[in-house]
Amino acid sequence: MLEWWDGFWAIYSTVIFGIGINAMLALSIYLTLSCGLLSLANAAFMGIGAYTASMISMQTALPFPLALLAGAIMPAIVALIIGIPTLRLSGVYLAMATLGFGEVVRVIVLNMEITGGPMGLNGIPQKTEWWHIVLLLAAILFILARMRRSKTGRAFEAIKEDEIAARLMGVNVGGYKLLAFVMGASIAGIAGGLNAHYTFTIGPGNYAFENAVDILTMAVFGGTSNLIGPLIGSSSLTLLPEFMHSLKDFRLAANGLILILVILYLPKGIWDPARIRNFRKKLTSSSSGKVS
Amino acid sequence: MLAQQLINALTLGSVYALFALGFTLVFGVLGVINLSHGAIFMLGSYMALLLVSSFQMSLWMAMLLSMLACGLLGVVVDFLVLRPLRQRNAPHLAPMIATIGVAIMITNISQGIFGAENKRFPFGTIPEESFSLGNLHLTAVQMAIVVIAFILMLVLLQVMRRTQIGRALRAIAESPKAAYLLGINVEGLFFLTSFAAAALGGAAGVLVGLSFNAISPFMGQPMLHKGIAVIILGGMGDIRGAMIGGLFLGFAEVMSVAYISSDFRDAVAFGLLFIILLVRPSGMFGRVLERKA
Repeated sequence: MLEWWDGFWAIYSTVIFGIGINAMLALSIYLTLSCGLLSLANAAFMGIGAYTASMISMQTALPFPLALLAGAIMPAIVALIIGIPTLRLSGVYLAMATLGFGEVVRVIVLNMEITGGPMGLNGIPQKTEWWHIVLLLAAILFILARMRRSKTGRAFEAIKEDEIAARLMGVNVGGYKLLAFVMGASIAGIAGGLNAHYTFTIGPGNYAFENAVDILTMAVFGGTSNLIGPLIGSSSLTLLPEFMHSLKDFRLAANGLILILVILYLPKGIWDPARIRNFRKKLTSSSSGKVS
Repeated sequence: MLAQQLINALTLGSVYALFALGFTLVFGVLGVINLSHGAIFMLGSYMALLLVSSFQMSLWMAMLLSMLACGLLGVVVDFLVLRPLRQRNAPHLAPMIATIGVAIMITNISQGIFGAENKRFPFGTIPEESFSLGNLHLTAVQMAIVVIAFILMLVLLQVMRRTQIGRALRAIAESPKAAYLLGINVEGLFFLTSFAAAALGGAAGVLVGLSFNAISPFMGQPMLHKGIAVIILGGMGDIRGAMIGGLFLGFAEVMSVAYISSDFRDAVAFGLLFIILLVRPSGMFGRVLERKA
């Protein structure tokens, strides 16, 4: 039994780590989407977290939890600074602005000495254990689940549905948007820090537009109407390549196709409680129809 | 030296403008940020390369055909992806995300087919002549780029200003519903817009392929980012804005490389984009749009 487990772990631990980290990323973008914001900056925030945590681990003797904490706080501070002016924008303008921000971050990282420039950072101490990821993911899930049911969660929902109506109802729209943006950045930063201390090498290319799109794809694929959607989305899209070895070079094309098909046919993602309820209702009504 | 930089800036700027023109046209008429525009631009380059190297076609014929092919691809994308979303009245961001999917597919499939490495036009395709005026140098390619880009821009501008189709398109840009009620064939014009935009993107692809002579499946992405910066600079959906924004970005980039540092070349575009969005989100020429999303 134990031997079987060791073998399994040796082969699949990377995938399992990947699922955990991607789940955090999907949750980070879920948080901003749940407030009606499409931000493409989460990959950049992940990068800021990863670089912050790694540089602390490599250059100081501070313990890993502190490095990770810094990796969560730094992106939050940056998000606070850029969020105040940026979040006045809405819809596609916000998406474009956050995309622009992501590129600016990439170019800055690429040109700084301390970040290793295009070579990135190598030899980051490998400190991430599986239970770190599980623990932090559980904590994030707990906080987000509590938030959904709180006044904050309802305010997010109201802003997402109709911003103007929410403002008229006295909801502090700007404040809540900023909260969602900063928390999302922080979660992405934690994911970045964990990932960097697992893969022990990072570079500016790891946090570019493509990665922002990957994160978005996971959230949209799973569905963002609740917390289960991003989890399903991230784990299925992380596992997908394992089942698509035969596609080889065209693996990404399959990702693109999936993204299109989901937007076209399952606009609320694969985990959409309303659709599932309707489906059940249909099932029960048709079966009861047969009985009578 | 400054004059030489200005020529370089003009060349780069007209390519940016040409690329952004199709991009802004789609946003103006369809109200969609079409993120597959960069991928179609890349295909335009490959298509011309293929026609020139495998079918020994003349460069201009190849350019025309690749514009046509890109235009058709644009219509296919519109028909398969954007139209269903229009019919469902999908929220603003759905088409944007879907076109990201299209871009990923096109890029990845091209990479699978053409390989990831840089390709170049066969020796002799590109006219080598250059004109010198004092110590100013202007290559034939540079001249062709500027001339072609400006002709296409002026044609589009005139079509939008003076023809029946242009009037109809402007009506749609105001309100598709009202245009429909006035008897305008809205769906047909959406297809036409997608065709024209993708053809312009393809033309930009051929010109960039010629001027840098390095064609790769990944050339669309950076161009797309520049295109986004350009249309935000100029005002989203504004054709004149795209032209001036493109020239302005080309100018800013060349000058920053020449007089500051080449390291921050890409940061120039996004720094500009960022500042414009904060100071004047509607761009230099855009009207203040009502908040849709």
